[in-house]
Amino acid sequence: MNIYVILKRTFDTEEKISVSNNKISEDSAEFIINPYDEYAIEEAITLKDAHGGTVTVVTVGDEDSEKELRTALAMGADQAVLISNEDLDSQDPFTTSSVLAAYFKDKEFDIILGGNVAIDNGTGQVGPRLAELLDIPHVTTITKIEINGTTVNIERDVEGDLEKIETSLPLLVTAQQGLNEPRYPSLPGIMKAKKKPLETLELDDLDIDEDDVEAKTKTVEIYLPPKKEAGKILSGDTADQVKELVSLLRNEAKVI
Amino acid sequence: MAKKVLVLAESRDGSLRNVSFEAIAAAKEISGGGEVFAVLCGESVQSLANDLIHYGADRVLVAENEKLANYTTDGYYQALKQIIDDEKPEAIVFGHTSLGKDLSPRLAARLESGLISDVTGLEQAGENTVFTRPVYSGKAFEKKLINDGLVFVTIRPNNIAPLEKDESRSGEVKSVSVEIKDLRTIVKEVVRKATTGVDLSEAKIIVAGGRGVKSEDGFKPLQELADVLGAAVGASRGACDADYCDYSLQIGQTGKVVTPDLYIACGISGAIQHLAGMSNSKVIVAINKDPEASIFSVADYGIVGDLFEVVPLLTEEFKKVLV
Ligand SMILES: Cc1cc2nc3c(=O)[nH]c(=O)nc-3n(C[C@H](O)[C@H](O)[C@H](O)COP(=O)(O)OP(=O)(O)OC[C@H]3O[C@@H](n4cnc5c(N)ncnc54)[C@H](O)[C@@H]3O)c2cc1C
Ligand SMILES: Cc1cc2nc3c(=O)[nH]c(=O)nc-3n(C[C@H](O)[C@H](O)[C@H](O)COP(=O)(O)OP(=O)(O)OC[C@H]3O[C@@H](n4cnc5c(N)ncnc54)[C@H](O)[C@@H]3O)c2cc1C
Repeated sequence: MNIYVILKRTFDTEEKISVSNNKISEDSAEFIINPYDEYAIEEAITLKDAHGGTVTVVTVGDEDSEKELRTALAMGADQAVLISNEDLDSQDPFTTSSVLAAYFKDKEFDIILGGNVAIDNGTGQVGPRLAELLDIPHVTTITKIEINGTTVNIERDVEGDLEKIETSLPLLVTAQQGLNEPRYPSLPGIMKAKKKPLETLELDDLDIDEDDVEAKTKTVEIYLPPKKEAGKILSGDTADQVKELVSLLRNEAKVI
Repeated sequence: MAKKVLVLAESRDGSLRNVSFEAIAAAKEISGGGEVFAVLCGESVQSLANDLIHYGADRVLVAENEKLANYTTDGYYQALKQIIDDEKPEAIVFGHTSLGKDLSPRLAARLESGLISDVTGLEQAGENTVFTRPVYSGKAFEKKLINDGLVFVTIRPNNIAPLEKDESRSGEVKSVSVEIKDLRTIVKEVVRKATTGVDLSEAKIIVAGGRGVKSEDGFKPLQELADVLGAAVGASRGACDADYCDYSLQIGQTGKVVTPDLYIACGISGAIQHLAGMSNSKVIVAINKDPEASIFSVADYGIVGDLFEVVPLLTEEFKKVLV
């Protein structure tokens, strides 16, 4: 099976965010594989173990994204592709999905796995957009997948309800937490990853004209929410604290 | 410039979701005095149409088809695509719900349009509507607009106020027949987990429990408090993973994103993935025995203590004052 994972390098979840020049400052930030994409990588490796084939991880990013691709290779992916976005002036999910579609256009693929949402920009658009551009079905927020021949049985999370879906390959799915427990790269895995193929592509290599993938949206401002005043930590004996809280909620906050 | 705006209405258990009324309010503002029409898809949903008019829609198109009984991406996509081609709206508003998140990017790709997801506020700036949305798990916000062409957005539930219901409003309700060809994904079964009662994403008050609740039984005092307040019960991932409650109660990045007037967090440490789902709540109360727990950093009011002592007392106190 030809298994692909689309992966995004994101800010570490625990990072403090600061804004300068109307941009999120990346100085000294730690980056990670988007957590939902880790589930996608894990599932891709599991599918390969069951059905054979190769796992290719693909990202649109800058040269630093090589680190996250190597991590995916160390987990067990076979090869990686870095599509450089450094020639792009503007970028949004339209851009990213169009670039990915240009890459996949002449590839043979059975399944593409991604995360259901990136924890930084968080639109959740790239997966379904890509599926449409490739004219294949998609299933979002999956928590289980089984492939028999070309038939695919999926369980997906729908706001807490569970939906059982039947569909077929080729297919794009996006991972929800609960799909699996991603493995940590092993030491031998990390050693092997250094020698696994990692291809870098420029937009020209994909015959992409920058103007055609120009962002459709524009960010006019990025700002931090107003700092919340330190909350009131109540004191005294518990019964008094409870009385005070009820009174504050009624008379100060006026929410009850 | 006045715009014609399409709103996709969503129903659940035979009634419309609040987010659909909120979407109409957003659409009104985007329309700048133009027309707002709602689209209702399903098997037999006609009876819901008037409510949409009462909440501000000028017109409702009802697309009934047995293949739309359950949501499938392909079914809804085909129905919406036909309606969009016929009506040529200049803006589209969906809820940022499971359905909206699944369908909107696919349609936007087909329409070659921009899409601003998970909008929590909007304002007019000259000819443009500028949309606010949280990024980085709610640690920052951005204001965005669509450069040109179709304005397509999804709105986060419980953030944009719906218009006052006005039963004297009237408007055209029209059936449209849509042709649904083959569906590439088939829904075999839907296992309903979400408990009945108040929908978490629409609840005004939420009492949420974490791993600190310690057992399934540990949720009982929380439920009692919720009953007194007319609140919904929610949970952290920690509580769900420990099997104290069902995943359908999960709040956070993976679970539901909620914005109630009052959020009472009991025995929840306040991991960033949890905060992503609730930090925009208007008032947050934290009850935790660890004074260093991160949940206190977003709380308006905090009680450092044992939830099994505090919560029952709180229930009694509310009972007294709410009679
Ligand atoms: C220099 C620069 C400027 C940018 N400017 C803007 C801007 O002005 N406006 C704006 O909206 N965004 C901007 N972005 C962000 C970027 O374009 C989006 O983050 C990207 O399109 C993905 O959208 P998302 O983060 O919402 O991902 P989602 O749609 O939430 O991601 C879902 C899934 O899609 C896959 N995926 C997402 N991104 C990639 C990727 N790059 N490569 C491979 N797979 C991926 C992953 O599997 C991910 O889990 C900028 C980025 C860069 C590097
Ligand atoms: C990709 C990803 C997505 C995630 N998505 C989500 C999500 O959507 N939602 C979510 O919630 N988490 C999510 N998580 C998990 C998150 O990181 C935390 O692990 C989780 O929120 C912890 O749950 P908790 O606060 O209940 O448990 P803990 O962190 O164990 O906290 C328990 C708290 O209870 C307190 N406590 C214990 N006993 C008592 C008592 N008797 N009285 C009062 N207080 C007491 C303790 O002091 C402690 O602060 C996600 C993680 C990842 C990696």
